Amino acid sequence: MPDQHGSTAPGRVRGGRLARAIRRALRTRRGRIGLALTLLVVAVAFIGPLIPGPSPTALRTLPFAAPGHGHGLFGSDDLGRDVLARVLHGGRRLLLLALASTVLAIGLGAVAGVVAAYRGGWVDALVMRLVDVLLGVPQLVFVLVLVSMVGPAVWLVILGVGLSHAPQVARVARAAAQDVTERDYVRAVAAWGVPARTVIRRHVLPSLVTPLMVEFGLKLSFAIILIAGLSFLGLGTQLPNPDWGVMINENRVGMSSNPWAVLAPAILLALLALGVNTLADAVARANLPAAVAEDAAMQLLATESPVTDPGEPDAEVWA
Amino acid sequence: MVLRRSLLGVLTIVLIAILVYVATLVLPGDAATAILGQTATPARIRLLRHQLGLDAPVITRFLHWAWHALRGDFGDSLSLRAPVTSLVGIRLANSAVLVAVVAAVSTGLGIVGGSLAALRRDGWLDSLASLLALASSALPEFVVAVFVVMLLAVNVLHVFPAISLLPPGSFILSAVSKLVLPVITLVIVVTPYAFRMSRAAMIEALDSDYVEFAKLKGVPLPRILFVHALPNACAPIVQVVGLNLLYLAGGIVLVETVFDYPGIGQMLVQAIDNRDVPMIQFIVLALAVFCVGLNILTDVCVQLLSPRKRFPRF
Repeated sequence: MPDQHGSTAPGRVRGGRLARAIRRALRTRRGRIGLALTLLVVAVAFIGPLIPGPSPTALRTLPFAAPGHGHGLFGSDDLGRDVLARVLHGGRRLLLLALASTVLAIGLGAVAGVVAAYRGGWVDALVMRLVDVLLGVPQLVFVLVLVSMVGPAVWLVILGVGLSHAPQVARVARAAAQDVTERDYVRAVAAWGVPARTVIRRHVLPSLVTPLMVEFGLKLSFAIILIAGLSFLGLGTQLPNPDWGVMINENRVGMSSNPWAVLAPAILLALLALGVNTLADAVARANLPAAVAEDAAMQLLATESPVTDPGEPDAEVWA
Repeated sequence: MVLRRSLLGVLTIVLIAILVYVATLVLPGDAATAILGQTATPARIRLLRHQLGLDAPVITRFLHWAWHALRGDFGDSLSLRAPVTSLVGIRLANSAVLVAVVAAVSTGLGIVGGSLAALRRDGWLDSLASLLALASSALPEFVVAVFVVMLLAVNVLHVFPAISLLPPGSFILSAVSKLVLPVITLVIVVTPYAFRMSRAAMIEALDSDYVEFAKLKGVPLPRILFVHALPNACAPIVQVVGLNLLYLAGGIVLVETVFDYPGIGQMLVQAIDNRDVPMIQFIVLALAVFCVGLNILTDVCVQLLSPRKRFPRF
């Protein structure tokens, strides 16, 4: 019987777990607020470019013209371009980049973590050492150096942000996978001679769905912050294309004459970061035990000290 | 344990050094073109490349660089034409002041706030503080910086200078008012973690049997808080201070850039703009050493502070 349904059952279980985890989060007020904020900003970013209006790159009026008097709802920016048009066009790229790099981070991290946990021994040691090395450099600095190498290439931003977030995912995935691989039934299946790939796919991966989804939400909010920061520094974007991070940097000097050129993109970025973070927090709280959820939220801090890593035999030398 | 962690730390730093060296090698249009500009003739570029030693094999250059770096010589800055270490000195001090002040203020605020919130759990203060903490921890630091500048420097109030520009080579403490806005920004971003961690640790301590017993015995509340509960909540708090410092090592890059603060974060961004390879190498490596060292220090402190981890088998 398991053989007949073997190929479809794990997929169904996984889908079911995902849907259930999200439903559980949306039952809380926190989850609904997070979702509403996120959807609001996503709507602006994706519907914005479709709204007819002035071109976001056309030079129209004097720099930093105040709103009103024919200068548009939000006035003009440092080159006299329409701020409203630039705001409407400036978010889509950020969201797509953040999504892509998060998918990459989860994929890389999950594979590394599961392989490390399942193989153990020197593979485990090697992977975890690599994780420590990557965590030894602040993430922004890592991506900054990487992106400055080749210039503002899209794939490089995705790769850099994905790589810098993968180590933590690997730690989480390894801890979760270790938990499963040590269960008797998994050992029994492996001892039976079932190939490792099948064991991992059918028995280890399903139990990783919930922790990885929590990770996905958290990493997505970090990726948004990181990519916005990169474009604020002028990396990872192509001028004169509009981008919320770039806009904040370009228009800082004119803050006293037209604050909206900075305020509008800043508010949207703030709402987006808040929304995604709140949603991720709600998913974590609704699906993980309280202590673990608090830990997951603390990961915002970029680098996790190995003390919290259950795999580290902490006190051996003291004993 | 200390020894083992230190060895692993050294290994990590060596790997990071290799990574940084290889990464900066791939920079397009190397230092020679950066110095001479786009209009230079190929012959002049070749000559300067030779003078700078940019045409030797990678391994030779790495070993050469590593040998000198070990003795504290990281080469000359390509854009500023002076030894990297002498240029970085005062900026390192400025960044250290910023990080230290932020760490002290945010830890203090976090512990006091967290303890008060834990004491009056689910009261209005607790709810408000938890909400604020969630909000401010989610925001990107340069967005917070922009809001702070608007509120306190440009649009609403005009209390503090909007940028922290100083004459080259000056120490930030000679103009303390320019320290204020960067500190406020980073404190807003960083305090929530100290707050959340202190709150959770204090709640755990306050729910314990020994605090219950002290209460029954009639020990006054401040004494319970500071003598019985706080010491037991210390380990997680140390951990969060360590994590905050780690975060700040990266966080200063953006905040220093926003405020033109004369620290190493801003210098790193400038160095990347100028393709100033020795400068990038030194700053990234310095930050990595700081992070790795801090990790070890935090672990050791946590071990010392939590008896249960010190003697695990009892």
